[in-house]
Amino acid sequence: MAMADYLIKGVSLPDGKKTEISIANGLIATVSSEFKGEANIVIDAQECVVLPGLVDLHTHLREPGREDAETVLSGSSAGVKGGFTAVSAMANTSPVADTAGVVEQVYRLGQAAGLLDVFPIGAVTQGLNGEALSEIGAMADSVARVRVFSDDGNCVSDPLVMRRALEYIKKFGGVIAQHAQDPRMTIGSQMNEGEISARLGLKGWPAVAEEAIIARDVLLADHVKSRLHICHLTTAGGVEIIRWAKARGIDVTAEVTPHHLLLTDDLASSYDPVYKVNPPLRTESDVHALREALADGTIDIVATDHAPHPTESKECEWQEAAFGMLGLETALSIVQKTMVDTGLMNWLQVADRMSIKPAQIGGYENHGQPLVVGSVANLVVINPTQKWTVDRDLVLSKSTNTPYHGHELPGVITHTFFKGKATFSNGNVFSAEGKK
Amino acid sequence: MKNLLSIADLSKSEAISILDTATELARVSDGAVKKLPTLRGRTIVNLFAEDSTRTRISFEAAAKRLSADVINFSAKGSSLSKGESLKDTAMTLQAMGADAVVIRHPASGAAQRLADSQWMSGSVINAGDGTHEHPSQALLDAFTIRKHLGMGGGDLTGLSVAIVGDILHSRVARSNVLLLSMLGAKITLVAPPTLLPVGIFNWPATVSYDFDSVIPHVDVVMMLRVQQERMSDLFFPNTREYSRYFGLNAERTACMKSGAIVMHPGPMNRGLEISAEVADSARSVITEQVTNGVSVRMAILYVLLAGGALEVGSN
Repeated sequence: MAMADYLIKGVSLPDGKKTEISIANGLIATVSSEFKGEANIVIDAQECVVLPGLVDLHTHLREPGREDAETVLSGSSAGVKGGFTAVSAMANTSPVADTAGVVEQVYRLGQAAGLLDVFPIGAVTQGLNGEALSEIGAMADSVARVRVFSDDGNCVSDPLVMRRALEYIKKFGGVIAQHAQDPRMTIGSQMNEGEISARLGLKGWPAVAEEAIIARDVLLADHVKSRLHICHLTTAGGVEIIRWAKARGIDVTAEVTPHHLLLTDDLASSYDPVYKVNPPLRTESDVHALREALADGTIDIVATDHAPHPTESKECEWQEAAFGMLGLETALSIVQKTMVDTGLMNWLQVADRMSIKPAQIGGYENHGQPLVVGSVANLVVINPTQKWTVDRDLVLSKSTNTPYHGHELPGVITHTFFKGKATFSNGNVFSAEGKK
Repeated sequence: MKNLLSIADLSKSEAISILDTATELARVSDGAVKKLPTLRGRTIVNLFAEDSTRTRISFEAAAKRLSADVINFSAKGSSLSKGESLKDTAMTLQAMGADAVVIRHPASGAAQRLADSQWMSGSVINAGDGTHEHPSQALLDAFTIRKHLGMGGGDLTGLSVAIVGDILHSRVARSNVLLLSMLGAKITLVAPPTLLPVGIFNWPATVSYDFDSVIPHVDVVMMLRVQQERMSDLFFPNTREYSRYFGLNAERTACMKSGAIVMHPGPMNRGLEISAEVADSARSVITEQVTNGVSVRMAILYVLLAGGALEVGSN
């Protein structure tokens, strides 16, 4: 037998079965407890679980335009530390990713970083202005092969524009990822509208502003028989609409962020903008509805909405601060804490929600593959029995706006493998050129 | 007590001791020599990032009567209007040795941000933050109510107060609901449904959309300013209709209990939420609120900076 590059010993598959996985030539070479042969690097992974490499369908990498907050390289580093082998770069960069030129630039920056696959998302409308369709076909046919289109940050609020976009992407099997936020209902909105916003005197962002758009868009998707994805679902009412739409056979998928599975709007009482995010943190009952929906499959995937911001954008008054929080490096730990440790999901379901399904929705080849011989070795190894403490001064993102600073979280990621190479190993990031 | 950010930070006994201290200090203000040496050598900065006349002057007068040095820092013509961040402004004030900062700011929570940050170490007094709170206004309102209707000092048990108008955007209403209810008053909020917060259900107050049914039963009618621009934001059809349902005019005042008083935090829109004749009537204690504001703000500075309340009856 040929020499393996890696042998992962004593690891549990997502279904709990113990095995050994060897990796050679970028592929999973063997999955067997009777590995016979030699390996360059042997990893003792007792207590660890191996999952297909995580796939994020919603990542703000900020490049081009805001390289002070994040770059494709720094975001990739944060990604591999968080167990990701693919991320999806949102289109709200400067310039906006609304042409083949910009998406190809981002794609090539991802290739050059070499830590994971960066799949650019194309803007639905030119300049995210919600009025004229961007060059959707050119982006789909580009080197970047864009399949997911989103104006994220903005809602495609005009129903006619949304209808046309949904129709147009059928040509190449694309999907529209909608940031569901009625703009008129949320002018100047700062946080979830309810008991806490009433007390704090912060302008409310009502749940209905999300739910009304979701309801409209599932009906539009049904009418034109196209594929719709709902970004960062946050409300119990939104869950009910998705459940109804799926029961009717409408081709809709939905995502939830880790932070909406854990954090609630009462955190705004500190007026610390690290908790300011769009859509906003909701209530305890919304959090429970989101967890249940992720467990029963009504919500298909977890996506980070990783949103880096420079210090000055958060070190200010709440209403002056930018919306968004870091997510890549903590996503798997938050999912373990909220879904696995609570008994709502097992590791098979985690693999499904964080790798298999997002890869399917994005059409990302070689990601979310079964852990069998011959699959591309995109893997993450996590030790769920260990804990770690988040320190914003130690994040690999260029920004520090994590809401979990000082939190002790379960689940230590020990290794991430991308195309058969360890991009992350015991705390260190490795690119093709070596250790970072 | 180091800061005054929200009425929610005060206990009932702390609130009452501020009011009692204000009563004692009011006697000083009535005397021939209006000044006390208490805060001599201390520096108080009035940081007003939003226009205000009466609150700034009131805090300035209060600080000066306690012999503090006062520095006024206003939005117009200062570094604030040049886009300086709150952090940099705070660090500048710290570097200049401010013992206390009285902050008025258009952003809800700005005072708390200042107090919770490591940007400065002095006391922070919230003089109105966005649509959140205005604790010194609530304290002067409670002081005024107690003076007119209180049963010899103490709290406001047994009194009924109607707060009327734009509750949604009012920091005065938020602070007054917390303080007056803590002091035992029964509160009714009167407003069109559009100008009440959605999440109001657990506030210690009842809600009414019908001013006429409330007015005969209350001891205090507190009117709130209505911003003209609320009309364009669709909160009500026009100012005439607002006035008709929620304005305090002579006919409505005639239905008030004998001895009941009319209050307004100012500045008033005469003819919109309050008619001129009511504003100038015998029931109106509006200018007295301004007078009391100085004593109450002296008491706040005294308690925060001189380390405790003034003993009742002391000099």
